Amino acid sequence: MSDELVRLEGLEVHFPIRRGLTELLKRRPRNVVRAVDGIDLTINRGEILALVGESGSGKTTTGRVIVKLTRQTGGRVVVDGQDVTNLWGTKALRPYRRRVQFIFQDPYETLNPKHTIGDFVSEPLEVMGIGTRDDRQQRVLDALNAAGLRPAADFAGRFPHELSGGQRQRVVIAGALVMAPELIVADEPVSMLDVSIRTELLRLMLDLRRERGLTYLFITHDLALAWVLADRIAVMYLGKIMEIGPAEAVIRSPQNPYTKALVSVSPSTDPPEDDAPDERMILVGETPDAAHVPPGCRFHPRCPVAFDRCKVEEPPLFDVGGGQQAACWLADGRTPVVPAPPPPPATTLPGPD
Amino acid sequence: MTAPDTKPVTPADAAAAIRGRRQWPLPKQAVPGAPLLEVEHLSVRFRMPSGPSVKPVDDVSFRLEDGEALGIAGESGCGKTTTALSLVRLLPANGRISGGSVKLFGIDLVPKTERQLARYRWREISMVFQGAMNALNPVKRIGDQIAEPLEVRLGQPRDASLKRAGDLLELVGIPRKRASAYPHELSGGMRQRAMIAMSLACDPAIVIGDEPTTALDVMVQAQILALLEKLRKDLGLSLILITHDLSVIAETCDRVMVMYAGKVAEEGPVRRVFTAPRHPYTAKLLSAFPNIRADRRNLEVIPGAPPDLRTPPPGCRFAARCDKAMPQCTVEVPPEVRFADGVRVACHLFPPGSEGSLAGDAANLAIASSMPVATAPGEARP
Repeated sequence: MSDELVRLEGLEVHFPIRRGLTELLKRRPRNVVRAVDGIDLTINRGEILALVGESGSGKTTTGRVIVKLTRQTGGRVVVDGQDVTNLWGTKALRPYRRRVQFIFQDPYETLNPKHTIGDFVSEPLEVMGIGTRDDRQQRVLDALNAAGLRPAADFAGRFPHELSGGQRQRVVIAGALVMAPELIVADEPVSMLDVSIRTELLRLMLDLRRERGLTYLFITHDLALAWVLADRIAVMYLGKIMEIGPAEAVIRSPQNPYTKALVSVSPSTDPPEDDAPDERMILVGETPDAAHVPPGCRFHPRCPVAFDRCKVEEPPLFDVGGGQQAACWLADGRTPVVPAPPPPPATTLPGPD
Repeated sequence: MTAPDTKPVTPADAAAAIRGRRQWPLPKQAVPGAPLLEVEHLSVRFRMPSGPSVKPVDDVSFRLEDGEALGIAGESGCGKTTTALSLVRLLPANGRISGGSVKLFGIDLVPKTERQLARYRWREISMVFQGAMNALNPVKRIGDQIAEPLEVRLGQPRDASLKRAGDLLELVGIPRKRASAYPHELSGGMRQRAMIAMSLACDPAIVIGDEPTTALDVMVQAQILALLEKLRKDLGLSLILITHDLSVIAETCDRVMVMYAGKVAEEGPVRRVFTAPRHPYTAKLLSAFPNIRADRRNLEVIPGAPPDLRTPPPGCRFAARCDKAMPQCTVEVPPEVRFADGVRVACHLFPPGSEGSLAGDAANLAIASSMPVATAPGEARP
């Protein structure tokens, strides 16, 4: 079963920060934004892996590296056994782009308002010079059909402004499908849409996986969405994976305090009972910027259970069983070298009870 | 809601306690004993460049008590923001209130002139908008922006206003020395806090939050919602929270009003509405929402799209998408029926006279049991 499609090894994306004149004159060292800071990740064939994190966690950058839109500064990218780390250049990437497609968040900005839907979907085919004109036409119609835009011939002649938000996102999905890819990296594909339309698109994505054996990397900030959709969930914080495992394990028995906090504050549609204790772990402050990653465990300044070791030594991902891994010195089965002191009171907001 | 030791005996006592804490006297025309906000049969009309006008809000009624949090839920275009904006008549140029009343402390705001209305805007009803970056002035320091309504609306001297601005910043969890920062120097969460501080400047009775946490990260959203809850308790604020996110309403509001195509579908205490939705639209909406505390399940799809409000369908506006629609649904507009437990619903499954009766409960149960609750790994799951 563990037929892996994508493997990231020690992936690193550091963006240099331009120095101002004063910094140049003072010979300050060049600083970098550590958007992705050494992650190992595999995506198995046919699975949906959700990459969850807050803004600035590096989840989108990771996705962009996989589709070759952003250049990594370190590590390896292996797709289907082939090392594509140093595969660059429009021509060299052509076969790769047929297999790996990207879906952006905003269907309003992805579509050119002056092009018809048919133009948009057939553009990649033309660019790559695939098939004859009639072949291409047929593939466009098939893709529109598969994306649920029926009658396809009718939709092909329409312009984006004639479509609703949900239909536009279907067009974007059709644009990805037309290349018959194996992997789709979807970056927040439904976060701009209303709940009712959202479900239709999620169903479409699931159907397509079943019919075409697609693999998805689903990038989202919404843990609840990851919960209902994904087979496995990876939680990122400041460029590192804090926890990864089967959705059930990560949500029901999170091992990393960051995951625990995220799960605890994810709102649910079950109204809380009046006398229920407030179990939300509301962390103080915000994610530091990736140019100033804290030493040791990068989460320790906000962690309610951090102890001395966390300040100096970064925990690797520990295997906690059942395919779940967590980067925390306190993960199950790990005994801390120094017993943890009681959490400092300043790290959680007083509950509103 | 309220701390146990100070639990008020009646809503009137609560109102008196909250109104006693006001910094500024009630408006002179206030009717003693009137509810805080009472909206009745409110309709809003938008003139269109061509064709018939549109009614984005059609015969909407609701009430807000002192210290209460009301959530207005619905999909985009259902009229939730327009309803809130029309309370202080902040409608676009082609929009006007075409009927109904908005009574604040018993004073009807609808017949007021723009000038008279200025007394109520921001001083009694203030707003927190979704995009704090767009709502804040990028070239003014946040301290000055918070002080501005105090100077302009209350005629306070500048130094006193600035001092209060500092107090307000501390109240929302921003160190007062950040008052000299410009909006771009603050993070998204901080900007939203500054927006909240600004909305509190004139000690308003009601704060309207229009998707106040939608663009924020989960953790920051939790911080802001906790802040709003704390302020509500400490200051006795009343809150109207407009959001498409039902889970935010579930966790922060006392009552919820679900709107569909400009009309109220269902309204009532959050617990009642969310655990046993009566209107099929509410039920569908809830089961289309991913819930991290529930079992993984197939999310429900609501087929079709909301109706075009230029030509609203006769009868119930949800009929075309409703799997429980009956012949009369496409003909007759369902009347609003209020149940003993405080839930109001406009659906032909609950005809007048069914409130509290067995028929109503049976229909209610039928809907509740038709919701998917199985742990179904789903056809699409391997």
